[in-house]
Amino acid sequence: MATVHIPTPMREATNGAARVEIEGATVREVVAGLEASYPGLGGRLVEDGQLRPGLSAFVDGANVGRRLRTRLQPESELFFVEALGGG
Amino acid sequence: MAVDTRVGQTIKHHDEEYKVIGTRPIRHDGLEKVTGEARYGSDINLPGQLHGKVLRSPHAHARIVSIDTSRAEALDGVRAVITSAAFPDPGDKLTGGGEAPGLPLKFKSANMLARGKVHYHGHAIAAVAAANPHVAAEALKLIDVEYEVLDPVLEVWDAMKSDAPVIIEDLYTARADGTTAEEPSNVAAEMLYEVGDVDAGFAEADLVVDREFTFGVVHQGYIETHNATAHWLKDGHLHVWCSSQGAFTIRQELADLLDHPITKIHVVPMEIGGGFGGKTTAYLEPLAALLSRQTGHPIKMAMDRADVLKATGPTPGGYVRVKLGVTNDGMITAGYANLAFDAGGYPGSVVGAGCRCVFAPYNMPNAKVEGFDVVVNKPKTHAYRAPGATHAEFASETVVDEICRTLDIDPVEFRLKNSAKEGDWQLAMPPYPRIGHIECMEAARDSAQWQTPLETAPGKKRGRGIASGFWFNIGFTSSVTAKLNSDGSVTLLEGSTDIGGTRTSIAMQFAETLGISVEDVDPIVADTDSVGQTDVTGGSRVTFATGLAAHNAANDMKDQIVEGLADLWDVAADSISHADGTFSANGKSATVGEAAGLLEEEGVFPIGKNTVTPTREGGAFAVHIADVEVDEETGKVEVLRYTAVQDAGVAIYPPYVEGQMQGGVVQGVGWALNEEYVYDDDGHLLNASLLDYRMPTALDVPNIETIIVEVPNPGHPYGVRGVGEVPIVPPPAAMANAIHDATGVRMSHLPMSPARVQAALAAEA
Amino acid sequence: MATEIQSGKVHVQTTINGESVDFLAEPRESLLEVLRDNLGLTGAKEGCNNGNCGACNVVMDGVLVNSCCVLSVEAAGASIETIEGVASPEGLHPLQQSFLENAALQCGVCTPGFIVAAKALLEENPDPTEYEVRWWLAGNLCRCTGYDKIVRAVLDAAERMRAEA
Repeated sequence: MATVHIPTPMREATNGAARVEIEGATVREVVAGLEASYPGLGGRLVEDGQLRPGLSAFVDGANVGRRLRTRLQPESELFFVEALGGG
Repeated sequence: MAVDTRVGQTIKHHDEEYKVIGTRPIRHDGLEKVTGEARYGSDINLPGQLHGKVLRSPHAHARIVSIDTSRAEALDGVRAVITSAAFPDPGDKLTGGGEAPGLPLKFKSANMLARGKVHYHGHAIAAVAAANPHVAAEALKLIDVEYEVLDPVLEVWDAMKSDAPVIIEDLYTARADGTTAEEPSNVAAEMLYEVGDVDAGFAEADLVVDREFTFGVVHQGYIETHNATAHWLKDGHLHVWCSSQGAFTIRQELADLLDHPITKIHVVPMEIGGGFGGKTTAYLEPLAALLSRQTGHPIKMAMDRADVLKATGPTPGGYVRVKLGVTNDGMITAGYANLAFDAGGYPGSVVGAGCRCVFAPYNMPNAKVEGFDVVVNKPKTHAYRAPGATHAEFASETVVDEICRTLDIDPVEFRLKNSAKEGDWQLAMPPYPRIGHIECMEAARDSAQWQTPLETAPGKKRGRGIASGFWFNIGFTSSVTAKLNSDGSVTLLEGSTDIGGTRTSIAMQFAETLGISVEDVDPIVADTDSVGQTDVTGGSRVTFATGLAAHNAANDMKDQIVEGLADLWDVAADSISHADGTFSANGKSATVGEAAGLLEEEGVFPIGKNTVTPTREGGAFAVHIADVEVDEETGKVEVLRYTAVQDAGVAIYPPYVEGQMQGGVVQGVGWALNEEYVYDDDGHLLNASLLDYRMPTALDVPNIETIIVEVPNPGHPYGVRGVGEVPIVPPPAAMANAIHDATGVRMSHLPMSPARVQAALAAEA
Repeated sequence: MATEIQSGKVHVQTTINGESVDFLAEPRESLLEVLRDNLGLTGAKEGCNNGNCGACNVVMDGVLVNSCCVLSVEAAGASIETIEGVASPEGLHPLQQSFLENAALQCGVCTPGFIVAAKALLEENPDPTEYEVRWWLAGNLCRCTGYDKIVRAVLDAAERMRAEA
């Protein structure tokens, strides 16, 4: 099970949970699992099985952007973060 | 102790020894740049070329009732006039690549040429192509535009009021929870980041300091103005020459804005005269392309300085509130911040990054940060070096200094005690990887400046300040193609425009990996047809990411050489070893140069290539110390001495790491003391020249002492961390803390211009 | 000399980097425009077009000027030195070499102006103090380097030139 950290403003959809456990071998499977388990996250974190535009996924500290095929370990930790630009 | 700052100090926290990395070769492109032969964007001239100019709005907020271009079109020498009608309808499409993907394309399109409404003074209205720039300028005066002038709204605190004029009638706030507001307003987006229990954290505090700060708009101030030359061929091929931070980004934007196939767009990066985040997006390129399509001629366009200041993206002004709770022994218990940045005329400021940097140097178990992206009648803002971080950390580092004063704790000791370190909390992000804030703070503490008492002078107000800074750094995508020549030299094609010596920092990593000298690598900045996808030169990413691509390409080339030699020597490839640039097996050996010659005879020409999107940027920290003298009569602040300390991971090309540190400091000093957009009540920019928008000169600053700290980034084979951006972050806070040390006055607005310092001193007295 | 011809353009004879040069210019064209657009001498850059940045520095009859603030017709009969004339066929000028060795440039767009200005300084004052270098170069804006390495490069070049003199 991967651990997904839920951004504060979206925790209403997870009944206040800051972290949820989702089964999935890839980021895509976890994203699909999130949408299925917490329909309230639909359109917020995820949209039609994709990360919402402008979001990046971090898997175990690595910024994998929007590469949903990224494989996960059983103990993987996921964050979804707004993508940054730079100067 | 005298410090030779030309070769600044380096403090290593690793044992790696390199042959090429860390040396100081002369940069590959240096010769052309000291002789004036290097070709920047405006230095190109094509046969049959016409010249384009842009008509700009004299109003900050107005409805365009009508545009009549007939008188301009009739002028002798005028070949075409376009308005926003020349652009395809963007519909509901979102922007593609570039720095801020996923924003509505209609906003970007309307920023190229105003659609129905002008959003700021200087907003482009129409563009003209003519035989020469003077005729084009005359033609602009013959374009008749009827405006219905509207009330402007200039500051975020006014724009957020419920009765403020709404600039974009169909803009509905994107709330932090993913929902959308029902009523339109000027607030494009709200953000919320939270960790721990902030109320409980403040309840534990013995001291809570809660302060507000405001910011003027500042410009990146690159010396080369924006320019573009475009040639639209009759078969639809579009060639563009420009000096952008990202040729591939311009190509994507042209494809989006013109609804044109990306394969038909070819962008050639010319040398670029500074960018600092301000040249990450198109302004003139689409206009030159459309005028070229209409006339059949190449079109050259260049902004003048007033255009640059009025109508390209400066970095936001706005508001930051920071509240910090600490125990009496100086441990932070909680932090709250509220940031509202002006996006300018269209949504998309850098407030999110500011929110995530505001408490970055500290391990804070409980924090809450709210952000607001607010549309106002000013030019659409853009990134400027560590975008958002300077505002945010000016506020937090000033509050930290006030806490240290109040509790009588040494500011270095306080920061060491509370410093973020590996594994610690990071707001809305995975925990920190290996970072070097503590190492930077220790180096600052041990520096010559910190160890030398501030020299007092009778009748002079002098003070010393210290501040930390953090910036994330960015990965994005980079590509390198390296060709082995028959003499063993390497032609290295890379896609990153070189703004400050990166041809060499990339070539050095290639040379280190292949085991050749950096002089044997010839780095070329290639166009969009000639090298793989490469994102902007920005986010402090080039030496990190394009350097990684070069390292990978060198390994690819090495593998091909090994394969070729294995064939030639009739040995197994895995029996060939490679060390110090020599391949050997079974008593046979060949240097890279010898191998190249041997392989040439076999018709083998290795081409190493790589495209990489690195995932572990490794954040960058800096600590700066400023000594200042404040003139009580005029409020003028003079910088007496300055030391910049920074974790570079591993400094690939130290003179240019120092250069980034020194340049960032001086930009930060300008932001701290002088630079600010000045508007009248009607939203007219009053200081659109380099005389009145006053950037630091050589006479305004001392030498900048540098200390490079090397805490390698575990996310890069050579430990690189980006170095370009973070040095602009600490200067305003270091200066403000020094001004307080000198005078007892806390400054809460940037810039801390003479008039403001004088007023603050008078208010205190 | 300058002669007005029928098209409204003016025929100007001048000397640039020791070579005699003729050009036609509109009276409203600046020397910078003519150097860059008519004569292909693009080493001088336009940063502000109103004399505030020094990127277009050239020397005219021994005086350092912003070529954006000189009308091209004023060049008639004058002797002009641009960045293109600083190096000799034998090699770089000590200032150019020193800028390279001291890493005194980043984007490089202000560099021609700085070198032309610094050369004018060293011709007038071969042994300037750091303050004198900073004072003289205060008319040239650099946004990349923070000036530190530029000032050191000029002092270093001055020392080399004194040693060679």
